[in-house]
Amino acid sequence: MNNKINTYTVSIYTENNLGLLNRISAIFLKRHISIESLTTSQSEINNIFRFVIIVSISEPKIKRITKQIEKQIEVIAAFYHTDKETIYLETALYKVKSKSLFDEKHIQKIIKESQANIVTVSPNYFVIEKTGWRKETESLYDSLEPYGLLQFVRSGRISVSKEPMNISNILGLNTDK
Amino acid sequence: MKKSIKISGAEAVIRCLLEEGVDLIYGYPGGAIMPIYDELYKFQDKLTHILTRHEQGATHAAQGYSRVSGKVGVVTATSGPGATNLVTGIADAQIDSTPMVCITGQVASHLLGSDAFQETDIIGISTPVTKWNCQITKAEDIPGVLAKAFYIAKSGRPGPVLIDITKDAQFELMEFNYQKCNSLRSYKPVPVYSLKEIKNAAELINSAKKPLIVWGQGVILGNAENEFKEFVEKTGIPAAWTILGLSGLPTEHPLNVGMVGMHGNYGPNVLTNECDILLAIGMRFDDRVTGNLDYYAKQAKIIHFEIDPAELNKNIEVDIEILGDVKETIPELIKIVEQKTYPKWIEKFHSFYKKEYEKVIKDDLYPVKEGLTMGEVIKEINEASNGDAIIVSDVGQHQMVTCRYAKFNESKSNVTSGGLGTMGFALPAAIGAKMGAPNREVVAVIGDGGYQMTIQELGTIFQTGCAVKIVVLNNEFLGMVRQWQQMFFDKRYASTEMINPDFITIAKGYNIEAKKVDKRVDLKSSVQKMISSEKPYFLEVRVEKEANVFPMIPSGASVSDVRLE
Repeated sequence: MNNKINTYTVSIYTENNLGLLNRISAIFLKRHISIESLTTSQSEINNIFRFVIIVSISEPKIKRITKQIEKQIEVIAAFYHTDKETIYLETALYKVKSKSLFDEKHIQKIIKESQANIVTVSPNYFVIEKTGWRKETESLYDSLEPYGLLQFVRSGRISVSKEPMNISNILGLNTDK
Repeated sequence: MKKSIKISGAEAVIRCLLEEGVDLIYGYPGGAIMPIYDELYKFQDKLTHILTRHEQGATHAAQGYSRVSGKVGVVTATSGPGATNLVTGIADAQIDSTPMVCITGQVASHLLGSDAFQETDIIGISTPVTKWNCQITKAEDIPGVLAKAFYIAKSGRPGPVLIDITKDAQFELMEFNYQKCNSLRSYKPVPVYSLKEIKNAAELINSAKKPLIVWGQGVILGNAENEFKEFVEKTGIPAAWTILGLSGLPTEHPLNVGMVGMHGNYGPNVLTNECDILLAIGMRFDDRVTGNLDYYAKQAKIIHFEIDPAELNKNIEVDIEILGDVKETIPELIKIVEQKTYPKWIEKFHSFYKKEYEKVIKDDLYPVKEGLTMGEVIKEINEASNGDAIIVSDVGQHQMVTCRYAKFNESKSNVTSGGLGTMGFALPAAIGAKMGAPNREVVAVIGDGGYQMTIQELGTIFQTGCAVKIVVLNNEFLGMVRQWQQMFFDKRYASTEMINPDFITIAKGYNIEAKKVDKRVDLKSSVQKMISSEKPYFLEVRVEKEANVFPMIPSGASVSDVRLE
């Protein structure tokens, strides 16, 4: 199998359970693989949670790890996908001094051109939100940075797969709602 | 459904155990589990608690009990140090797929996270080494969680489960209702097998010229010994075993060609790299079995019978995957494989055996030099027990020698720590084995190093009268490490020499009849005397100090580079 390093999105459907995060991260820890980002949320099914984990490793490794994750009792199913097989986004927040917004006309142009949104404006600062691919949030970061960023934060990746994951079938749920 | 009654969480724990058919548990009391022990006192006519001398001993005893009986081993311990002392046994059970349920007490729920007295995060600590674990803070959750615990521990590929119960949940009153768990929507213990893959496997097997079976503990855990034997006999394929597969097929069976792996037999190791089809049945290609993966059975088509999907293609890429329970898949295969024999191919195993016999086995079993060998002790145990004993071994040189030479007529008779290699396993595991199979002879074979790691369990033997036979093969060294130091570290014997106490005096202190043998002339009669005793018995055999175990595959070498000297 190919040993080339790739970015993989691991999608894990789980029962809501304390300690499962620990159990899943231990599988990566054991093999000394760093998790680039991790997001958990409610899934499309009531009371079923979804983990989205991003790692850069080879395919043989991600395949084995996915099976070991799936083996955990409260994991319903686990999948791995390449970037091409998923639709994915990240959200970034940029906190900038309000003074910059009013003094530097250029900033308004940057915000408009990058299709970012202003979330909050206060006398002292304003907060810009940008959702998109990594290179888009990074490009906006580069553009805003010269004007002074008070704070910057970026979320983990969230993604959906192009192909169905058929969790309802695995669970034997009736999906014809 | 039974009528609900209000009882304490602690009583509910006991009732759950009884519902699961548990009549024997191992453990050690302490502050955070006192309510459960109080109930154990009340229920002592239905549920026997064996007080070990250390919590680790309780886990190994539960393992020994489970390995010979096929039942779930149950352990109870208190919070903090009680719980952390379980970790080695839990890890051992996890890697050797032993069904076990450990119940630990925990500080009261309002104290969780406050570094309270004897508080430890045993859920966090045990997560990587348990099949499942769960903390209970409300009494009402006890029946559901315990039912799940037993189901998970024993189903599919078995393993250890830890349930941590806060002290307030043990006191709290609840309505008791028990329903056994037999499915969980997120857990598929036995994958559905593919008839198509079985057909593909049969075609390959029918076309084979030089096939080899390597079987592991999966055959035993799946209770598929009879099916397996029938398959071996119909196909006529020579079958070799991993250390945990030992006793799954009688040692004397004509198609049993011995052990694979680091100290396995010469023939099966060398011929792994000559066979055309390798059938791996209920084994997981451990590195001690395969040696260097780059040179492992590269010429062979490999068929892997496995219940755990995560084991497929983990270490070895295989050609045919037969996912499922061997108890179901092997009978399907038997129907469609041809009856065959491979006299020429099997002759090869015999000729390799002859070489091994001349170079190694003869001197191990029939030594002419003065020093006693470990091998001749095992031979005497075989003879005295007619191959009907359960033999429990610890970890190290004596373990390899025991597994190489012990004779087994019956399955579930070899108990040893395989995957984790836990020194100190054998003495407590033998106690559990004897209690799990009270009508059988149980002999623990232990090195002088491992013996002293759990020697305090002599107290458990003394108190219970458990009639285990203990053989300590004393070479006054940590022998396996010393062997490696000799071979790979220019004989720099760093911290491997042991100055030992008088083991006879110690055994006598526990009122256990004891004898020391240091001359060959006394060996046979001493082993016979030990076996014929109805009581616990301790036999120390002074063996040659610097003997080495061969054959050996040096680490990093190929299985076919197995050395005879």
